[in-house]
Amino acid sequence: MESDGEEEVRRIVTDEEKLEAQNFNIFDLPDVPKGLPPHLELQRTRVVCEVKAPLHATGTIYSGAYISSGVDNSVNLENFSENFKVDVISLTKTDMVFDMIGIPPGVANAFRRILLAELPSMAIEKVFVVNNTSIIQDEVLAHRLGLIPIVADPRLFEYLSENDQPNERNTIVFKLHVKCPKGDPRRKVLSSELKWLPNGSELLKESAGGSTTNPKTHTSFSRSQDSFPEFADNPIMPSFQDILIAKLGPGQEIELEAHAVKGIGKTHAKWSPVATAWYRMFPEVILLKEFEGKHAEELVKVCPRKVFDIEEMGQGRKRATVARPRDCSLCRECLREGDETIEGEAKSKGKAEAKSEGKTEAKSEGKAEAKGKRDWVDQVALRRVKNHFIFTIESTGSQPPDVLFTEAVKILEDKCERVISELS
Amino acid sequence: MEHGSFKDNSHATFTLGEEDHTLANAVRFVLNQDPRVTVGAYTIPHPSLEKVNIRVQTTGDPAKEVFKDACQELMQMNRHVRSVFDKAVTEYKAEEERKVKKAAEELQRQRELFGSMDIESN
Repeated sequence: MESDGEEEVRRIVTDEEKLEAQNFNIFDLPDVPKGLPPHLELQRTRVVCEVKAPLHATGTIYSGAYISSGVDNSVNLENFSENFKVDVISLTKTDMVFDMIGIPPGVANAFRRILLAELPSMAIEKVFVVNNTSIIQDEVLAHRLGLIPIVADPRLFEYLSENDQPNERNTIVFKLHVKCPKGDPRRKVLSSELKWLPNGSELLKESAGGSTTNPKTHTSFSRSQDSFPEFADNPIMPSFQDILIAKLGPGQEIELEAHAVKGIGKTHAKWSPVATAWYRMFPEVILLKEFEGKHAEELVKVCPRKVFDIEEMGQGRKRATVARPRDCSLCRECLREGDETIEGEAKSKGKAEAKSEGKTEAKSEGKAEAKGKRDWVDQVALRRVKNHFIFTIESTGSQPPDVLFTEAVKILEDKCERVISELS
Repeated sequence: MEHGSFKDNSHATFTLGEEDHTLANAVRFVLNQDPRVTVGAYTIPHPSLEKVNIRVQTTGDPAKEVFKDACQELMQMNRHVRSVFDKAVTEYKAEEERKVKKAAEELQRQRELFGSMDIESN
């Protein structure tokens, strides 16, 4: 009898059962929840903006952070390629607004920094002043000329270093010769008066001990820049023709020659090809409870960016909805307490503690009855979506903004390549 | 420049010259995504000097390889960003052109409509 019992226990495990055991994944069972619980998902993907400060701003970048819940937090190339999206919102010759979804914040910031400081452009560097009898000092005039944006693709030019001769491949020459005749009223000198000299400098260099050979100018152009196909039809000129350079009174004159060279924003901000470039995270506004009637109207009135709208629900009842979350500038006006009475202050201290615990919904009913100008504060959740950036690029005119962004990405690639080749 | 030890090549500090937060923070992110990395951090010893020290400590693999892999991955991510961006821009431009053409056609149709109406009234 005993031997029979032992045989029953020692059953042979079939191959199918072995395969099943191998492929068994606990997350496939019907009642095991997939993914992260909602409060952890909130922490992982959203920055919660409270009245005092944002929460969960630093992301958990460790790839195995949620491995016990079966969620893969890694951003490797495969899932980056799948999830990355770009949406262009608006694109003109000078401005561009686009959304980038799925990109880590460090990389987005790298693009912004490169756009501001490491993209090359052309700007006036050396100014040869022949005659300046205006009230603007030479150096102030030179400084102002340097800040004028020039429409010239820097990719067609080379850098000019100390030992190089200025030639048609690394210098652009402008001339400014304006006079205000005696008896005339005061006149303005605008950037439209900067004339491009495609054949190079016209000022003669002083040569020691008079030579009989050809007098040299300050640049050695071997061919006219006019002959380049890119400049044949579009002459090089300042981006904006109405920039005020100086003002001349009667009898005053300015005669100078300006040489523009290639440089990057790190050296001097005049070489930054963007007026500015910035990004913000995509805002998410959630109403935690139904806003009806008077509260709805108050909420709509309070928002300076008109994020909320009133929706008629029939039977004269009104409701507030979030109509334009994208316009939210996170001013937190909807989270701010109204005029605080002493009771309001005490309750707001209690609220701050409750918020730091992370759960406000259970306590919200009690707070809604608190005295204060706005008793619906706490019912609006202001959040920002991590990894979703609204980029704005304003170009100064030398290159269109989409070209600027592509160049910025290329520069980051080049940096990585340089590091890799240094290491190998 | 790699500062490490000959015996244990899984821990090292890499000094990059002429770099700053731009590259270092981006690389740090990609580095920390790698499961082989236990420590991935960077520091800038002095803001006036353009030097970045990137510290990499791994679970056994040589730190140089892991760091190189991270840079490679960042490079490929950038290439992908560029291609997606270019596609989005060309699509947007095409869409805008379509809209402009449709608006022009609409205007033309309306002009013709009004033109024919004038003839009728006369």
